[in-house]
Formats: sequence, structure tokens, C-alpha cells
Amino acid sequence: MAPPIISVNNVRKAYGEKVAVDDVTFAMPPDAILGLLGPNGAGKTSLIRMITTITAPDSGQIEFNGQPLSGYHPTQIGYLPEERGLYKKMYVGEHLLYLARLKGMDKKQATDAAKEWLGKFGLEGQWDKKVEELSKGMQQQVQFIATVIHEPKLLILDEPFSGLDPVNATRMRQEILRLHAAGTGVIFSTHRMEQVEELCEYIVLINQGANILEGKVADIRRRFQDDKFHLEYEGDLPSGLSERYELLNPTPSGVDIQLKDGQKANDLLRFLLDADVHIVGFQELLPSLNEVFIKQVTQLDPTNTNPFDAA
Amino acid sequence: MNNLWLVIQREYLTRVRRKSFILSTLLMPLGMAVFVVVVQFIFSYGNDEQQRIVVVDEANIFNRTLPDSKNIYFKFRNDPLDDLKENMEADSSYNAILVVPPVKNPRLKDFRVEYFSDEPLALDTELAIRRRVEKAMRKYKTSELELDAKAIAALETDVDIKTRKITVEEGEDDDTSMAGIIGAGLGSIMGFLMYISIFVYGMMVMRSVMEEKMNRIVEVVISSVKPTTLLLGKIIGVGGVGLTQVLAWMVLIPGTLFLVSLLFGFDPDAAQQMQAGSAASQIDPDEMQSMVEKAMSGLDEMNWWVIIPSFLLYFLCGYFMYAAMFAAIGSAMGDDMGEGQSLTLIVMIPVILGFYIMMAALQAPNSSLAVGSSFVPLFAPIVMPARLPFDPPAWQIIGSLLVTIIFSGFMVWLAGRIYRVGILNYGKKSSLRDMGRWLFSKY
Repeated sequence: MAPPIISVNNVRKAYGEKVAVDDVTFAMPPDAILGLLGPNGAGKTSLIRMITTITAPDSGQIEFNGQPLSGYHPTQIGYLPEERGLYKKMYVGEHLLYLARLKGMDKKQATDAAKEWLGKFGLEGQWDKKVEELSKGMQQQVQFIATVIHEPKLLILDEPFSGLDPVNATRMRQEILRLHAAGTGVIFSTHRMEQVEELCEYIVLINQGANILEGKVADIRRRFQDDKFHLEYEGDLPSGLSERYELLNPTPSGVDIQLKDGQKANDLLRFLLDADVHIVGFQELLPSLNEVFIKQVTQLDPTNTNPFDAA
Repeated sequence: MNNLWLVIQREYLTRVRRKSFILSTLLMPLGMAVFVVVVQFIFSYGNDEQQRIVVVDEANIFNRTLPDSKNIYFKFRNDPLDDLKENMEADSSYNAILVVPPVKNPRLKDFRVEYFSDEPLALDTELAIRRRVEKAMRKYKTSELELDAKAIAALETDVDIKTRKITVEEGEDDDTSMAGIIGAGLGSIMGFLMYISIFVYGMMVMRSVMEEKMNRIVEVVISSVKPTTLLLGKIIGVGGVGLTQVLAWMVLIPGTLFLVSLLFGFDPDAAQQMQAGSAASQIDPDEMQSMVEKAMSGLDEMNWWVIIPSFLLYFLCGYFMYAAMFAAIGSAMGDDMGEGQSLTLIVMIPVILGFYIMMAALQAPNSSLAVGSSFVPLFAPIVMPARLPFDPPAWQIIGSLLVTIIFSGFMVWLAGRIYRVGILNYGKKSSLRDMGRWLFSKY
């Protein structure tokens, strides 16, 4: 079996007395977009900076395709930082060439690739424009092109959709999925859960410098299911129901039911059938990732009541 | 290595083709030309207000002849002073009265003449009057005291110091009379060039670092390039920009001055002569010739084989040292350009101190202050170039260069350590203490 694109082993990084990454270990699964999650200040960016060789870990190792990270690997990685920008005074084409050549492409390769990518985003005509003349959305597209132009084996995107309008966000999502399908490893870092559920099959949750949860999205949600069911019905509910079961979020046509203390779903159904409730639908409610993480993070640090509050 | 070259190229090209660069490169010589023309105009303009002065020569020292000068006219009258005063308003033929009282004692030291006018006494008029009275008094005293005018003239001696070297190499002229002046001139040019370049281009490096940090491009770039490579590329690239600009000016400034002199029929030395007063223009041509010859031979005497390479080395070291410091400061600055100004002071103070020491070193190139600061690496690049034309001992040049080169290398390394942490610290400005901590932080 081929080694994972990235494996992180017991990595630790401190800035002075502040420990940014305490002990993180994970390996990128094959064929899955990896979601790197965590509240602000959890150590995501510090970890990413180590993977992109911008900084080096104090201890622990990071391996790229089974080899320790070296000066060669930056050419294999495309990194879109959360804090990103462009040289405002440079021309678009020249700017893309510069960044592509820093990644080791020669001039001709870089020119061809830049033209192709600009075409893909409908920006062919912008080659000779200065960056500052472009709209913000176009600048973000150029940033994305600069990240992928050298056909990296690993793509690291830190909050890639922040500040993007829906059209651009969709286009970028499509490109990410296409690159992923073509075999590019993707690490996607964010604190926006709905984006994770849309894109990632596998997640690593980091909090206070350590990974506290890791696995396939579906598995994790199942693991954290806590006997909650959603019932849709017509007519009235039997009066005895609320005495036996805890009812949540009632609406005229539906209600969530929380099972407790060994109560079984089948017993509930049987009770409803006996009461002759007209059941339209009945399904188990899996917790959203958001709920799982809030639970996980507040468990570790009760003072942190809203860990995914946007920065 | 390849990446370093790419960074240098980018830093150089994006700056050189900027409109502001092209404009400043072209406008500076033009500005200088305009300045020179304007200054010359101002000096040549002088006083166009006519001064008509009535002289009441009670001492009779002028013998009724007084040469007029430009816009100052003298006229002798014997009318009583009171009448003259009274008629001044009505009579437009004069607007001031000069009264020279009788001389009671030809041996007097202080002599007072009186000037009546409702307008204040202009500087040039005062000078003209004083010169004339002094000259007339001299003549008057000479004859009154029955002195020999020739003997008195003989009292005046022009002293000229001819300095000669004791150890003369073969083919070398032992005459070093001009060396001091030429050395001072050359030294001040080199010291000043150093000072200006450190400021202008060091600041340019700092702005470039801040720009990258504020544009948030830096994290993208250093995911491909090592921060030290980026820093070095930046310093070299901006250095190239500086070199281009200085070289362009070296051609353009004399060129435009020459053109201007053709257009306005203007002699570049005229402005200086104006300042020096009329005396300078009375140098006789032979003397001028010999001075030029001396100057040329003085320039010839300069030990160019030592001066040029060591100046270049000092220039490079000084630029690298200070540009690196400016870069470190730039990397520590926050998003607000203004609030970091106090940090730049840390770098500016040694530069300015160095500049003043350089001025002192021009006066006394071998004073202990000058020699001492040649071995202080922060000052050496500014002070030592000014001392070079005075032929300092070899051990001082070599020692000072060695210290400077090692220190500037150390400074670049130190700045690199601050820089790589600083550029990723967004938000607020960092303190000196933070920067100190970064020095020792692991990367």
C-alpha cells in the first residue's frame, strides 16, 4: 500500500511559552478530502504552516509520501493561506508566472499553465491588467489559480471560501472536487461546519493543540447519535406521550423525541401505533457535525461556550 | 539559488518600471537644474532699488571722488546737514545722507560715520559704504602720518603652505598642498552618498517588507521560498534599484546642468562665486591655472587603488547592514503604517550619529574619535569613506573593513531571524522585546 500523502506524527510546536500545537497525530486517508477542523486558536494554522514547511516542528515528524519533509516538497504543495493577497502593482500574467516559477516551473510551462487556468475561469483578457484593477472576486480567483498552477500533489486550503460570493464559491468548489477526483490530495481547514459536511469525507478535529477526534464524517455522526428521533404525523398525539418521552421542537406536523434510560425506538413506535397515530414519517436524528464539535469542545473546556463563533 | 534570482528580478523590475521611480529619476536632475537656475537668478538679482546718497565729507577724506557701485550712487554736497535733511522729502535726487565727521586724531582706532535715512540700511549698501570709508581712511592716515605707502603694502603677506611628503615614491610628486582640500571634498561626497543611500534605499526595503506583510502575499511566497532567501532577494533587488538610480543621476545631473548652462549662458561656478563675494572673481587667470593643475595632480595623488575598492566594500556592507535592520523593523510593524515610526528611530539614530562623526572626521581625519568610530561597525560605513582620501594607515582600513564585513553578515543573519517570525505576525505592532524573543525562537 502506498504511504499516505501526509502523515503527522506526535508533532509539537511552541512559540515561546505558548504551545500552539501540543501533540497531533494523523494520516491523510487515500481518496478522501481531509477536513481539518477546530475553533479559532486551536492550532490549525500552526499545523498547516509546518506541513507547508514554512515552520518546522519542535518535535515529531511530518512525512510526505513516506519521506520526511524537505526543501523539495514545497514544489509539491499548493497552499492557499487564510491571510492571502497579491502584489497589487504586478500584472496578472506576470504575477502568476512569478509564483509558478517559484514553485519550480520553467517559464514556458508556467506561461502555458497560467493561460489555460485563466481561460478556465474566464479571465483570459486580464493577463495584462494590474492586480489592483481586478474586482475582489477576480483577485480571489487569481489567488486560487496561483495555488494550483503547478499541479501540486497536495492542496492545502485554509478557509478558502471566506469572503467569496456564491458564484465564485461554487466554481471553486467544483475545481477542488475535480482536482481531487484527478488524484490531488486535499486538506481543507475551516471552522464552518456546513462546508465540511458538503466537501469532506474525513475529518480531524483539533482543539487546544491536540487532535481530539478523527474519522469518517458518517461514522462520527453515527458514533455521536444519542437516541433522538423525528416523528412526522397528521392529527393529534396521544396525551400519554409527553409523560413517557421527552419531546423537543414541536411543530403542528412533527416533533423530535429524545429517548432516555434504555427506552427503545421500537417501543416508542409500538406505543404510537397502539395509540393509532397517523404516522407520516419516522427517522433517527443524527447529530450535525456542528453539534458533535460543540459537544466535544465544550466538554474539554466548559468556559468555551461557543467555540465555532466566527472570528 | 534559482528562487533567489527570481525574487531579485521581481523586486528590481516591479520597482524600476513604476511611474514614481521613472519620475523621480528624471525629475531629480531637472529639479536640481531648476534650483540652480533659480538660485543664480536670485543672487544675480541683488538690489534693484536705487540708492542715492549725499555725502557730507566734513573730514575731506574722499577728496570729492567716490566710485558708484551697482544701484548705489554717491554725490557730494556742501549744504548744511539740516537743510539736506529737510529737503530730502521734496528733493528726489537723493534718499540718504552720509556724514563723515572731521578726523581729529589720525591715530584713532574707531571711526564713526552717520547715515541718515528713513529706510533701514540695506546690507549691500552698508558693505559698500564701509569699504569705501575704510579705504579712504587708510589713504588719509598714510598721508597724515607721513608713512610710506609701499612699506605699508609690504606689511601684507599672503602665506601659502606647501606641504611635502618626506617619503616619496618614485615618479610621485612630493607636493601635497591640495591633498587636504581634495580629500575633504572627496571624503564628504563619499560619506554623504553613503548616508543618503542608507536612508533612501534602506527605507525602500522596509516599505517593501511592510507592503508584502500588509498585502498578505508573504505567506503565499514563503510557502515556496525560504524567508531568508526572500529577505536577501529583496535587499539585493532594491540595492540594484538604488544602483540604477544613482548611475542614472551620475549621467543625468551633469548632463542637465551642462544643458542648462548652454541655454542660460550660465557658468556652474557662478553661484558659488556670488556667495563668496566679488573677491573670488578677481583671481587672476594664471593663479587659476596653477590651482587647476594642482587640483588635478592632487586627484592624481589619491590612492585610487585603495579608495575605490574599499569604498565599494563599505558601501555594500553599510547598505546590507542597515537595509537588513530596516527590513527587520518593517517585519515587526503592524497593519498601521504610522504607529511603527518610533521603531525606525532605532535605526535612524546610529545613521545620523554616524553622519555627524563623519563631519568631524573630515576636519580631523586622524582624531581618536574618527579612528575609534572606524572600528564601530554601525558608524564605519559612513565615517571611513570620508577618511579614505586622507590616506589612513593600512591596518585601520583592513581592520575596520574586517569588522564591518563580519558585522554586516551578522546583522543580515540577525534580521533574518526577526523577519521570518515578524512577517507572519499579523495585527498589532510588535515591541522590541518581542523582536528580542524572536531572535532566540526556534523556527
